[in-house]
Amino acid sequence: MSANPKPAGAYDVERVWRDFPILARQVHGKPLVFLDSAASSQRPASVIAAVDAYEKLHHANVHRGVHQLSQEATAMFEHARERVRTFVNAASTRGVIFTRGTTESINLVAQSYARPRLKPGDEILLTALEHHANIVPWQLVAEQTGALVKAVPMDRRGVVELEAVAANINERTRIVACAHVSNALGTVLPVREIARLAHARGAVVLVDGAQAVPHQRVDLAKLECDFYAFSAHKMYGPTGIGVLVGREKLLEAMPPWQGGGDMILTVSFTKTTFNELPFKFEAGTPNISGAVGMAAAIDYIDALGIDNIHAHEQRLLEVATAKLTRVPGLSIIGTAPDKAAVISFTLDGIHPHDLGTILDAEGVAVRTGHHCAMPVMEFFNVPATARASFACYSRDSDIDALIRALAKAREVFS
Amino acid sequence: MDLKDLYREVILDHNKNPRLFGRLEPADSAADGHNPLCGDQLHITVRVDGERLADLRFEGKGCAISVASASMMCEAVKGKQRQEIAHLFNEVHEVLTRHDAPVPEDLGKLAALSGVREFPVRVKCASLCWHTLNAALERSAATVKTE
Repeated sequence: MSANPKPAGAYDVERVWRDFPILARQVHGKPLVFLDSAASSQRPASVIAAVDAYEKLHHANVHRGVHQLSQEATAMFEHARERVRTFVNAASTRGVIFTRGTTESINLVAQSYARPRLKPGDEILLTALEHHANIVPWQLVAEQTGALVKAVPMDRRGVVELEAVAANINERTRIVACAHVSNALGTVLPVREIARLAHARGAVVLVDGAQAVPHQRVDLAKLECDFYAFSAHKMYGPTGIGVLVGREKLLEAMPPWQGGGDMILTVSFTKTTFNELPFKFEAGTPNISGAVGMAAAIDYIDALGIDNIHAHEQRLLEVATAKLTRVPGLSIIGTAPDKAAVISFTLDGIHPHDLGTILDAEGVAVRTGHHCAMPVMEFFNVPATARASFACYSRDSDIDALIRALAKAREVFS
Repeated sequence: MDLKDLYREVILDHNKNPRLFGRLEPADSAADGHNPLCGDQLHITVRVDGERLADLRFEGKGCAISVASASMMCEAVKGKQRQEIAHLFNEVHEVLTRHDAPVPEDLGKLAALSGVREFPVRVKCASLCWHTLNAALERSAATVKTE
């Protein structure tokens, strides 16, 4: 539990639930119980309306025209950048780069920061619980440069101990890249302490914040990392838009990643002058409506209060963990003391894929599979898990529906 | 959609007690099948006698549909001619994928798989073993994917 949860009455989950139109639909004739927000969260009506209004009233290309619509679209796009900046307390909007999402943000750093700098034998340090999006870009750059990818091991709870991080950082470590919150296990990593260890050895730190930003306060001034990546669609915003927040000094020294419009000042066939930050990294027409939706999602989170959302989800995590633990044959994978509201589990005698189908027939949407974290599955020696994940709109009744659907699964396979 | 259509008694039984489970040693040919979506993994070993599939075994891990499908397939194809097996595969494929396909009478137990077509995301689970067997029969050592 959070140290200072708000009184239960302060958070009206029924009202929050009603803000999300999709949650009222049925699936296979049963009320939808959406427990897959860690894969992609749903959007409140306010986000849908903001995107709709932009499309209907304000759309034009940004940073280009002198006409009214272009000015409006540019103002909305840049307002979104400022909303992102204040939301995570980034130093300046110059370091807030819009991307297609967390994956693209990490690839940007791998290709533009790491690739020109890494030498054969240099080390990129990850952790054992990373999402594929924070593994594969580093493997690609390692192949390109001769650098090595290493992973800090975790323990049976899914905890990455600081001592283990310290033991794996050495004078060859150039980059430490880790999740803030594990998507498969829910583990919260001590990223500030990891950043301090890395900085003490001269390495830069990238944090994959996709699973953290929607669930807990993220203050980049305190986290001390060099790059922080996240996606709008996991925080009640649209798909196809995300952010890389980087230290200006590092970004300034990095070459552009992609070439095109918007990222240049002047072009001739002999010489091109690149635009300043953040535009240097935003080649081509950006996802303007996505940025507008992301800003609306941040407004929504701010209106609820991220600390209230955190307290609500932590309470659900506690209730769900207690109830799931009592289900015969159920094992929870990932039991870190500091956990986000994500519960991976297996049920004896029922493959997660079968479980997913049976739960779906009951209207209960959970993720089943390897969660794009195959090394994690291998570590726990399971082919896959089922995963229930909670969001601001999740209710106690969703947990009860999950427990009933699990009983149904046991009945089918009895 | 009815779960009872998918998880019929015969499927649950073959999942719990898979037939012809294991590995032939020595074998004439073998193949691996992998469904990356759910992590199903199959290994099929075969002994062939000219045009006839004399014996086979499967082993691996997977969901109930993939295990039961492999188990029922092994029972159905053991001792059959290649041509008969190809014919059976076609019939199973039709039954799995075509919503309105009639279920041929000669399918026997395999007819139990017809419920899978109401669950499109599960079709690959049921067809993985057939693709893997095909690969083994073609003496291909390559890993087969259902993607």
